[in-house]
Amino acid sequence: MSGPAEPVFIGRPGDAELTDQLLSPIWLPKRKSWPLLMTLLGCGSLMFFSLMIWTFWTGIGLWGNNIPAAWAFAIVNFVWWIGIGHAGTFISAILLLFEQRWRTSINRFAEAMTLFAVIQAGLFPLLHLGRAWFAYWLIPYPATMKVWPNFKSALPWDAAAVATYFTVSLLFWYLGLVPDFATLRDRAPKRRQRIVYGILSLGWRGSAQHMRHYRVAYGLLAGIATPLVLSVHSVVSCDFAITILPGWHSTIFPPYFVAGAIFSGFAMVVTLLVPARRIFGLENVITKRHLDNLCKMIMVTGWIVLYSYVCEFFLGWYSGEPAEMHTMLHGLTEGPNCWAFWTTIFCNCVVPQFYWSKWCRVTPIAAWCLSIFINIGMWAERFSIIVLSLQQDYLPSSWHAYHPSPVDWGLLLGSMCFFLFLFVLFLRYIPFVPLWELKELKRKLLKEEG
Amino acid sequence: MRGGLVAEFETGDALLAAIDWLRAAGYQRLDAFTPTPLHHLEEKLGIERSWLNWLIFPIGMGGAGFAFFFQWYCNAYSYPINVGGRPPFAIPAFIPITFETGILFTGISAFVLLFWVCRMPSLTHPLFEVEGFERATIDRFWVGVSATDPKFDLARTSHELAELGAGKIAPVGAITDEETTS
Repeated sequence: MSGPAEPVFIGRPGDAELTDQLLSPIWLPKRKSWPLLMTLLGCGSLMFFSLMIWTFWTGIGLWGNNIPAAWAFAIVNFVWWIGIGHAGTFISAILLLFEQRWRTSINRFAEAMTLFAVIQAGLFPLLHLGRAWFAYWLIPYPATMKVWPNFKSALPWDAAAVATYFTVSLLFWYLGLVPDFATLRDRAPKRRQRIVYGILSLGWRGSAQHMRHYRVAYGLLAGIATPLVLSVHSVVSCDFAITILPGWHSTIFPPYFVAGAIFSGFAMVVTLLVPARRIFGLENVITKRHLDNLCKMIMVTGWIVLYSYVCEFFLGWYSGEPAEMHTMLHGLTEGPNCWAFWTTIFCNCVVPQFYWSKWCRVTPIAAWCLSIFINIGMWAERFSIIVLSLQQDYLPSSWHAYHPSPVDWGLLLGSMCFFLFLFVLFLRYIPFVPLWELKELKRKLLKEEG
Repeated sequence: MRGGLVAEFETGDALLAAIDWLRAAGYQRLDAFTPTPLHHLEEKLGIERSWLNWLIFPIGMGGAGFAFFFQWYCNAYSYPINVGGRPPFAIPAFIPITFETGILFTGISAFVLLFWVCRMPSLTHPLFEVEGFERATIDRFWVGVSATDPKFDLARTSHELAELGAGKIAPVGAITDEETTS
């Protein structure tokens, strides 16, 4: 490593000053572009809901998937969105356990990204059921037919994992927010805001007697979120790995999926963080060090993903099994929709190498542009795993190329709008830089400096 | 702390020094209200580490055990179905849900028990009546001496807090109130 590391916190403002800097966006007048942005994202979300209603009404014949590619966009989007969420938990829980200081100012931001991404993810399998009103069949209840869900299938595992992930992420996020809601209650200028944030703060008053329990509960939630996040994408990968389909039936899937998830999630954090940092003028608390570290994480996980690709190909070839070898050597590289495979290789293997250059890591616009490629690349990866394997399996007479319908594209675009809609609302009404943790960090840094 | 005295200090260090003095003087039931956790604050107050984890751990384990038992009951006992020739009691296949349910129970119980032991939500509290106390979550450091402390005496304790350099000193609640330290 060359040169001294960039600081994680620039300047040492007083507590009150820091409070005002980070909280004032909530009560200051909104910019002129705010209603425009909300209208745009709101329209996109409305499109999303309209297409959902249309799908409920008509059935999933509106989509492009059909036998043999019975799983397509819905599952691609599900896996992609839930993967994005993983970086949030990684930053907020795993980096907390490792006592990484650069985690402090971005953890809540990333955790919110997790929540909103999991919301998008959860919608797609529900839609994919076709008859979403039977979703409760996944829940074990004493039915008149006396039959229970088959817990030996990966689908109930998935439901349990995603539901647990959402719940625990929500609790962890909210727990971190409680002291900041209390600060908002005490600082917000309008009575209405004080009432709303007062209720949300549950009456927190910074008592040391409470803090001792809070610390343990927060640490415990971080401790359980860590194996949880690793388990969620492992379980998701089992949806594929426990089948016998060529291209899916592989023991490398769980770690491969987890690495891909964290990889795409970090890219999404960069995608969201760069504009937010600029718009809210947070260069002093979200510094170049944060960007640098995030990009390094992208590189590390990117190399794990690349290694997994190599292993997957090697195992496919080494299996000696004709169908498996066909999928790996021909289906992916030259079959129908092989654009997805080549996009994956370009975006996930070539593009992250630019991050070797420090300039690309610490220049916001460069880091941002590269992160967009990775987001696309990870979506394409999910697509190529799911669709390209399904298109051509054991029986060549049933091979059929998949073509997405406009509704498929609309739902994908709509879910992005809805995600951003929720995220922008969060940036506006919830303190997204953890104030109390930042004050603690500042105090530690001051003490070290003497 | 429902009744007693609170006093405001400008800095965390002043607060810690005051707590050291009060403890040395024999006060036992102290609390502090700070915008951010302070290093060593809890040790100095004589607050022990939380015991919450001893309660949460068995609940989490219980959740995992329950999930495992439940899957066995459904798929191996109540209504076994042969799907793909797998054994009805397939332990490896039951692990994911067992694990996830254990995590779920741990997470929810940590959250619920935390606020239960803190007696929250408590949207009204005598402390919120103290003028200027809102800065406890912004940039001021408050110490609280409970009225149930054996050494507590309204006049003398106020005087001592003033000597320690407290900016504001205010009584909290009805001082005769039965004490609740949680």
